[in-house]
This record gives sequence, structure tokens and C-alpha cells, in this order.
Amino acid sequence: MALKGEIVVDIEKCKGCEVCLAHCPTETIAMVDAVNGKGYHYMQDIHGKCTGCTNCAVVCPDGVITVYRVKV
Amino acid sequence: MADTITKAEIINPENLVYKKTSMMTNNVLSYCPGCGHGTAHRIIMEVIDEMGLQAKTIGVAPVGCSVLAYDFMNIDMQQAAHGRAPALATAIKRLHPEKTVFTYQGDGDLAAIGTAETIHAANRGENFTIFFINNGIYGMTGGQMAPTTLEGMKSSTTPYGREWQRMGHPLKMTELIAQLPGTYYVTRQAVHTPVSVRKAKKAVRTAIELQQQNKGLTFVEIVSNCNSGWKMTPVQANQWMVDNMFPFYPLGDIKVDGELVKK
Amino acid sequence: MGKELKLMKGNEAFAEAAIRAGVDGYFGYPITPQSEVMEYLTAEKPHERTGMIVLQAESEVASINMLYGGAACGKKVMTSSSSPGISLMQEGISYMAGAELPCVLLNVVRGGPGLGTIQPSQADYFQSTKGGGHGDYHTIVLAPSSVQEMYDYVELGYELAFKYRTPVMVQSDGAIGQMMEKVQTGDQKIRLTEEEIIRNCPWATTGKTPNRERNIITSLNLDSLVQEKHNIKLQKKYREIEAVEVRFEKIQCDDAEFLFVAYGTSARICLKSIQILRAKGIKVGLFRPITLYPFPKEPLYKMVKNVKGILSVEMSAGQMIEDIKLAVECKVPVYHFGRMGGIIPSPTEVADFLEHQFIKG
Ligand SMILES: Cc1ncc(C[n+]2csc(CCOP(=O)(O)OP(=O)(O)O)c2C)c(N)n1
Ligand code: SF4
Ligand code: SF4
Ligand code: SF4
Repeated sequence: MALKGEIVVDIEKCKGCEVCLAHCPTETIAMVDAVNGKGYHYMQDIHGKCTGCTNCAVVCPDGVITVYRVKV
Repeated sequence: MADTITKAEIINPENLVYKKTSMMTNNVLSYCPGCGHGTAHRIIMEVIDEMGLQAKTIGVAPVGCSVLAYDFMNIDMQQAAHGRAPALATAIKRLHPEKTVFTYQGDGDLAAIGTAETIHAANRGENFTIFFINNGIYGMTGGQMAPTTLEGMKSSTTPYGREWQRMGHPLKMTELIAQLPGTYYVTRQAVHTPVSVRKAKKAVRTAIELQQQNKGLTFVEIVSNCNSGWKMTPVQANQWMVDNMFPFYPLGDIKVDGELVKK
Repeated sequence: MGKELKLMKGNEAFAEAAIRAGVDGYFGYPITPQSEVMEYLTAEKPHERTGMIVLQAESEVASINMLYGGAACGKKVMTSSSSPGISLMQEGISYMAGAELPCVLLNVVRGGPGLGTIQPSQADYFQSTKGGGHGDYHTIVLAPSSVQEMYDYVELGYELAFKYRTPVMVQSDGAIGQMMEKVQTGDQKIRLTEEEIIRNCPWATTGKTPNRERNIITSLNLDSLVQEKHNIKLQKKYREIEAVEVRFEKIQCDDAEFLFVAYGTSARICLKSIQILRAKGIKVGLFRPITLYPFPKEPLYKMVKNVKGILSVEMSAGQMIEDIKLAVECKVPVYHFGRMGGIIPSPTEVADFLEHQFIKG
């Protein structure tokens, strides 16, 4: 049995600080080239390998990440 | 089957494992990208949420970057003059012993201009909780030296680094506070990694629970970054904090159950 | 506890009035000549009589900020001090005016500047009536001239403080604080319950319940336009206070050709000087401002057509005289007589000054 997760980033509130990046155990997240309304590159799950561990959400200073998880 | 579960199926309320607490408002935080103030706010509010204390909590915001904490914390709050939050909290708690009362203060606010209020509230054993954000600098006013600025550390008023001979020593306010009989629980935490955030949140919960038992002052220091004041990227700042701040301000409990922790 | 007739010091009367008015918290720091306030309160065990909290703070800075915290919860809070201590509180008073918080402060004025003397003075008039701290604000200032008024202005002070959501200063001096007189007390009032406070002060931080928005007490507005709007609102309140809350007393003014204008201890001295002068056929009266802010401008202006001159008597270098001159718009000569540094002028000195320097001089 494995865990499969999804994150939802509140793109307009992400400040592109990159604090979350180093704490993703599956290295599935990265900053994207696009920018939000404030001009910040924002974070996304780009490899689809999220396990829903919540690390990124817990460490994000702006609380912009929501995490969902299912057992598969 | 399981392999074909779609994104839309996962993003479903019943699968929710982490969501910003409703005890934080939806206002965009006024803090710089990567600043620890946001995380510190959030864990405090998560504890208020989990303990169901919204209607019973009164918070006090300081003067400093977190002066607008009341825009972000979804509770009744008061904004204090620079350094005086513990005086406000003293009166609030004395007049409302059944309420949960806390102050949220920076190092300039708590350990420079407000030293007297901090020490005396602690020494009287006032039954509220102080959250002390130590980023070793005055963030709001543009990065001047704080009492907590490390030796050799640069700031806009120590452009060549702090020399103790002329600028005094960095002040370990938390160790000082722990010496006072009025404090019951004194701890130093950080919020730069998921593990540290979870530990810090536990400390916040312990502090609030002890406050409810009228044990005396509970004090949670959070060593944090001021990447703007330190003139680094947030990621660099967190690393610099680990390499430089933690050796001088070591993390961990300093006083537990009214007893100093033996090291 | 029912009404009582008691012999008390001014400072004690103030403290007893606080307990009977149902004050929730007193926070203070010792300073002569007003330390009896906290001494009386602690001796009376108000925590047993009414549940009132009395706390000796680490400084006047802490005291005033404790008032901020308590007032922001809708509680009746109080402090007392004397001149240097009040100076130290000014930042906090400004914050309370800005955040629109009610409280009653007592200043038992002593001679300054600096550490000065511990003797009575009235040299804090500017500090009390012109704002005192930073920014555009006023506190309502009540000036008792008897021990009875020290008692009465506590109740009146809270009435005004809550009506206008503003700090109220009772401005006394070392003589009235220390002297003993008969006092008729009022009945014991019961302290307000939390429900009553929530009803009376819906703005107070009493804990956010689901049925209302968050209550936030702050004096900060980062947007200057919002801050200006807030200032305009405050100024409107001060204009209303100036229109409605002026209080004063006129004594032997009907036939007076000369007027003393004096408050507090100086007003008592002037009463004696009037006797001396009237015995010599000089028709003098006393106009006694009770509210120093709002200053009774119009009532005083109405009197100028009947008098030849005004003598402001104040234990200072001449502070109130500025308000008198503004009030009478230079229609009559206005002089100042006063002693400084903690000296109370004698009735004869005051009478002599009026007779020889003012009338004949
Ligand atoms: C009486 C007074 N003095 C000085 C200031 C200016 N001031 C505002 S914030 C601040 C320092 C805040 O630093 P700190 O408490 O470390 O908080 P941070 O901004 O770093 O979070 C100062 C000196 C003030 N507002 N009031
Ligand atoms: S929840 Fe965990 S696995 Fe998923 S993106 Fe965040 S850190 Fe990575
Ligand atoms: S930590 Fe939060 S704000 Fe910073 S980049 Fe990641 S998602 Fe964005
Ligand atoms: S200046 Fe420093 S403390 Fe203030 S918000 Fe920015 S990073 Fe945080």
C-alpha cells in the first residue's frame, strides 16, 4: 500500500520564498517560471510524486499549501 | 484501480490532511517572503483552534514587524506600545483570569525597550504566555542592532559587526527569564523545518495548557530569521541561523515544571 | 455599604470613591504626594469588598499600559501619580486617546521641572490640558478644589470616560491630596458583570464569539488617509466635549469689577483674598474652572463686559492665563499671579497683588 497526495497552492499568496523546496522528501515540488500577480514565481508539484506528507505545508511561512492524501 | 485515481478524486474534503487554520484570517501576511513570523503566527493559532479557545483568547501585538498580527490572527487583539505588551497582558489576565492571554513580541520589543515589563511580569508569575520571536535584529525599522544581535554580526547600526567592547554583549533573555521563580515553562524553539515547526507547536500547546492550570508565566522563544535585515535569501538566512544563531541560542527546553533543565 | 460621612485626606477620598464606584482595577507606582491612594486601597482589601484588583506596577510606564490592557477589555481602570510619573505615562495616554480607551487618572501635581519638590503646584496645566503626549488629542481634565470633589470626580470621571471613550484626568495638587476634610460618600456600586460590559462596550476585547467580528484595539493606521479620518473623528469628539461638558463655578461674581480665575488650591486661596479685598471695598469675584479641558471659554467671555480686569492665580509661571486670554479675546487686561516650585501663595499676597500691582499699577 502506498500513499498518494495532492497539494493545492494558493498561487496568488505564494511569495516564492523557496523555504518549502528542501523539505519535500520526494523532491516533487519546484518553483515554476510563471509569476503570480505580485510578480513572484510560485511553487507547484511538477513531478506528480507527492505523498501528502504535509512537510511543505507545515513549513510554509505564508500557509498557502493545502494537502490531500489517499491510501492506494 | 488505485493507480488510476485522478487528481480531482484526491482533492476532496474527506482526504484533507493539512489546511491553513481558520484561526488565521485570509489577509495576505505583511511579512517578507520566507520570514518566520508567519509560521510562528500559524502554529499559535492552530493550537488556539485545536483547543477551541477562540472565544476565550485575547492576544497582544507588539510594535515591530508583527505590529499587524491582529490582521492575521482571527481573535480579539490589542496593540501595545513598544515593549509594553506584558503590562497590557498583566491587566487583561488579572481582570479576566478565565481567559487565555498571550503576547507576541520581537527581540527589540521584549528584550530592549520592554525589558522591565518582561522581567516584572515574569517575576510576578503572571498567568499568561509570552511568544518571543528572536531574529537578532530590528526588522521593522530597517535592520538595526538588537540586544540579541550576535557578536560580529552586521546590522545597519553595526555596519562593521557588533563589538561587545563598544556595543555590549548579546542578551540571552530567555535564560535570564528562566531564573525567575515566577516562570514555570521556558523553552527555545525554531520554525525553519517541518520537524522544528512540529516541536515548536507542541511547546506552544504545552505553554497554553499550563497557563490554563495557572502555573505562572509560560515563555516560548522562537529563534527566527530576518532575511531582509540580514540581507540574505530566505533559504540562506535559515542556514545562517542554524550555523550562527543556534550555537549561541541553543534550542530546547530551559525550564520545565518550574525546574531548570540540567544540561 | 451605604452612604457615610467620613473625615478623610483627599487622596484617601479618591481611593474610597474608586472602590465605591465599582472600579475593576487600580495599577500604580508610589510617588509623593499621592502614595496614600495605593496605601489606602491595599489596606481596604478591595479584592474582598468588591473584587477590585490593586497592583503595584514596576513603573508608571507599566501602570498606564496596564490601564490600556484593562480598558481595552471594557473594564473600569484607574491609576494615580504625581507630575514626574504623569510625564512618564504620556506615551501611554496618547495611545489610549488614539485607541479611544476610557480610564481615570489622578495627577496630584507637585513642583517641577525635573524632580522638583514634593510640595503642591499647578505647573502641569499645559501637560494635562494640551494633550501631554504626541499627536492631536485631549484628555478631559477635572480640577477638584476640595476633598469632597476628589471623591465626586471619580464617579463623574468614569461617566465622561465611558461616554466619550477617552482618558479622564483628575488634576489635583499636593495640598488637596493631603488635607483632611469631611466627605459624604455615595453608596457602594456593584462592579459590572461580563455580560453588562459586553452590552455597554461592544468594542471591547472580551473574546471573539461566533456572533460578532473580531474586536481589535489599536491606534495604528498605516494609511495616512485612514489616520486622518480617525483624527477627524477624534476632533469631532473633542468639539462635542467642548460644547457639552464645560463645568465651572462663579462665586461673588454678580457685582464684581475684578475677577480671579483660579482652580484647585488657588481657588481656595482666592476665596480668602476676596474677603480681604471686599472688606476694603474692592469688588472681586472668583471664576473657577472645574473642567480645565474643556476650558469654560464662553462662560468666561460672557463676563468680560462687566469687569475691568482678570487676575489668573495659579501655582505656576502662568499657564492657564493663555486659555483665559484666548477666551476673553483681549477685551480686558489679564494678568497672572503665582508662586512656583511648590509654594502656595498666601491670601494676602494675592490680594495685595490685585490691589497694588493690578488695579493701581
Ligand atoms: C517608543 C518607540 N521607540 C521606537 C520605536 C520604533 N520601532 C518600531 S519597531 C522597532 C524595533 C522592532 O524590532 P523587534 O522587536 O526586534 O521586532 P521585529 O521587527 O524584528 O520583528 C523600533 C525601534 C517605536 N515605535 N516606539
Ligand atoms: S506534501 Fe510532502 S510530498 Fe507532497 S509536495 Fe509537500 S512535501 Fe512534497
Ligand atoms: S514556502 Fe510557501 S510561500 Fe514559500 S515558496 Fe513555498 S509555497 Fe511559496
Ligand atoms: S523585516 Fe525581517 S522580521 Fe520583518 S518581515 Fe521582513 S524578514 Fe520578517
